[in-house]
Amino acid sequence: MNVTQLSLFLENKPGRLQSALKVLSEKNINIRTLTIAEVTDFGIVRMIVTRSDEAARALKENHFTCSVTEVLAIEIDDVPGALSRALETFNKHHLNIEYMYAFTEKIDDKAVMIFRFDDIETAKKALIDEGYHIVKKTEIIGE
Amino acid sequence: MFNKESETLQHSKLKEMQYERMKWSLRHAYENVPFYKKSFDDTGFHPDQFRSLDDMQRVPFLMKQDMRANYPFGLFAVPMEKVVRLHSSSGTTGNATVVGYTKNDLDVWGEVIARTIACAGGGPKDIIQVAYGYGLFTGGLGVHYGVEKIGATVVPVSGGNTERQLMLIKDFGTTMLACTPSYAINMTDYVEKNKPDFDFRKTKLRSGIFGAEPWTEQMRREIESRMGIDAYDIYGLSEVIGPGVSCECSEKSGLHVFEDHFYVEVIDPETGEILPEGEMGEIVYTSLTKEACPVIRYRSRDITRLYHDGCKCGRSFIKMEKVTGRSDDMLIIRGVNVFPSQIEAVLMENENTEPHYQIIIDRTGALDDIEIMVEVNERIFSDEIKVLNQLSNRIRQRIQSVLGISAKITLVEPRTIARSEGKAVRVIDKRKLK
Repeated sequence: MNVTQLSLFLENKPGRLQSALKVLSEKNINIRTLTIAEVTDFGIVRMIVTRSDEAARALKENHFTCSVTEVLAIEIDDVPGALSRALETFNKHHLNIEYMYAFTEKIDDKAVMIFRFDDIETAKKALIDEGYHIVKKTEIIGE
Repeated sequence: MFNKESETLQHSKLKEMQYERMKWSLRHAYENVPFYKKSFDDTGFHPDQFRSLDDMQRVPFLMKQDMRANYPFGLFAVPMEKVVRLHSSSGTTGNATVVGYTKNDLDVWGEVIARTIACAGGGPKDIIQVAYGYGLFTGGLGVHYGVEKIGATVVPVSGGNTERQLMLIKDFGTTMLACTPSYAINMTDYVEKNKPDFDFRKTKLRSGIFGAEPWTEQMRREIESRMGIDAYDIYGLSEVIGPGVSCECSEKSGLHVFEDHFYVEVIDPETGEILPEGEMGEIVYTSLTKEACPVIRYRSRDITRLYHDGCKCGRSFIKMEKVTGRSDDMLIIRGVNVFPSQIEAVLMENENTEPHYQIIIDRTGALDDIEIMVEVNERIFSDEIKVLNQLSNRIRQRIQSVLGISAKITLVEPRTIARSEGKAVRVIDKRKLK
């Protein structure tokens, strides 16, 4: 099962991130990892949370614009050159990464990287064929 | 064509006719309405000095507030025993304006509506459902008598009660619908939500004449595809006669003005100067045959342009573009006249949905800056920055090519744009504060 990422549109202004996170806090939703991509006026917050559907609903009710996207979480050895090798694999299969970020914790002593591909199913198949371990949603959100 | 002789008049013949009728209309107003006498006298113009249509520039304007100030019958040019019908605007923004009609005026009105129906491909065999409101509003009764004039069958259902509207379309075999474009969309929404078995395509409905409010090409496409009909724009204003001032023909590219009854000019709303054919400005109406309530150079505040394009339908009357805005809303940005509705149209064509937006104009040094804030709703949101950047670039390029100005596009969160009484405030002009 793919990992569900919550993407949230925020204006680049003081207090906006906090007011969004307050909504999640009130619902007792835990953020497992969070990253922000920003341009001049706005940013997109990407996060992996417990109970993503409920989180999205709560944010929408509070007039935030958000969406859920499927991403791939992949285990990568925590040694020099391991990420580079993984990217080589993507190249070989002409898989373009839209964006990527690191998960905050190790799983089974391995680093976990989150990747967003246009065609997630093709990417998943290629990576499994190459022997990578795709981390399941349940492993990530700890439930 | 309902009246081929009039509707295909040679240009020179038409101008001659307009000149003769204009002479009568100016004199009729001057001699019978104290308001016109005073306003003409104040500017030093007398109907005797009217030698050609070029003299129109000298005739003073009639403003909306003049009509309100003369509430109710101050602008009538005939005694009340000649007046057989009254209509009135809703008067939500000040005093209502009242218009009267003589028997002859009603005949003319029926004639121009009959032409309108023929323009939209209708004829005596049609069953026309009039879902404009009946009453003081000119829409319902105006269209009603035109339907009878052309010899079609009128279904005078008036507005509202969508369930019944649909039943009549089906049971009576309505072929043409007359209502506001927003009510037509409303009907399709109602069907989608409540009557999934109702299929407009299985009814005899094949066309509609829609007007009484400005609407966009996007709305036309929506009505046409959802109802499976041809949708025509009809235009009019109660001050001039009601519906029947102009209408679209089979070409659906501009509205023919019934110039043998209504004389039209386009002026610069700032200076009042008459603009050459083809230029965008405020359209000004003069009635040529109206008896009860002549209007002389009535400033409609509607923005459009006038042009001849040798229309394939064969009508020689000048065309006006779909009205795109009101001169009250006009903004002058770096010397370019801009209407908020033009920006709205660009936003709608891009996203096929109407996002909330706000236009902010400011001045840095000598230069005007325009910023368009667009609320990011779920339909246009993406988790990828590049998609959102492409969106704002696309909007910027379209605004550049449509309006000739470069605007800054800022994507903002929902509910960022202030609403007043549920409506978004579309324009903030900070230049006025400086």
